[in-house]
Amino acid sequence: MASKPRIKIPSSAKVGDVIEIKTLITHNMETGQRKDPKTGKLIPRDIIKTFVAKFNGEEVFRTEMNPAVSANPYISFFVTVPGSGDFEFIWTDDKGQTWSVKEPLKAS
Amino acid sequence: MTHPRSEKKLMTRKMKLIPVDRRQVMYGAAAAALAAAMPALPAFAQAAQQPTMGEALKAAIGDAKPIEGKVKLDLPEVAENGNTVPYTVSVEGDSAAGQVKAVYVFATKNPNPNVASFFFSPRSGKAQVSSRMRLGSTQDVVAVAQMKDGSVYMGKRTVKVTIGGCGG
Repeated sequence: MASKPRIKIPSSAKVGDVIEIKTLITHNMETGQRKDPKTGKLIPRDIIKTFVAKFNGEEVFRTEMNPAVSANPYISFFVTVPGSGDFEFIWTDDKGQTWSVKEPLKAS
Repeated sequence: MTHPRSEKKLMTRKMKLIPVDRRQVMYGAAAAALAAAMPALPAFAQAAQQPTMGEALKAAIGDAKPIEGKVKLDLPEVAENGNTVPYTVSVEGDSAAGQVKAVYVFATKNPNPNVASFFFSPRSGKAQVSSRMRLGSTQDVVAVAQMKDGSVYMGKRTVKVTIGGCGG
């Protein structure tokens, strides 16, 4: 299960600025390689597969993840500010469950 | 867990030295063991389906041949904890941000070499991403950048891993 998706984004920016967006979500990222010490059976894979960043509804950045992504996936990337608007960040896991965060950006 | 292909080879070699009647007993035992193992098959199948580095690369960039250069991989020389190895991958060049379609990161010796794929847009200010990966053992990490014009570039770094990060 995922929890606490967090975003770090500048509170304001100028049009044309290239800003860095840092993202973090709490998730085990169970690889499917680990054995349960009690039963000896493989613990099934359960990871966040996709991360998408949208600005005013348009996709600006996407990540496809595999079990080699560390637990509590941290991803930072860059976006050019086209103007004021709303960011939406969506994480999707193996089962299709999603978590999302919306963040407005004021641009001058 | 042995790979299904090598398991078959082992059985063929052993078979030649064993008299015929004992072989029949073995077949029966093997069939029984397989039947008993059936519920576990999905996990085994999962392990057997791990791509090789070549397959993973082909799935990402097809038959394109990557040229070494332009892709910068920042990684520690020594990773004390293979469970979380921080990295930054970037594509150099002033117009890089607008030219890069995708960057694929691979850990060449992990059970599944695919680490992560990053897809950019005209709004991507820089073709640069930071994240954290799991490395099971000392190995080469490779990053491949696919440009909009179809050209492909790559960068590579060796990371020494003190404690492997694949769990189990």
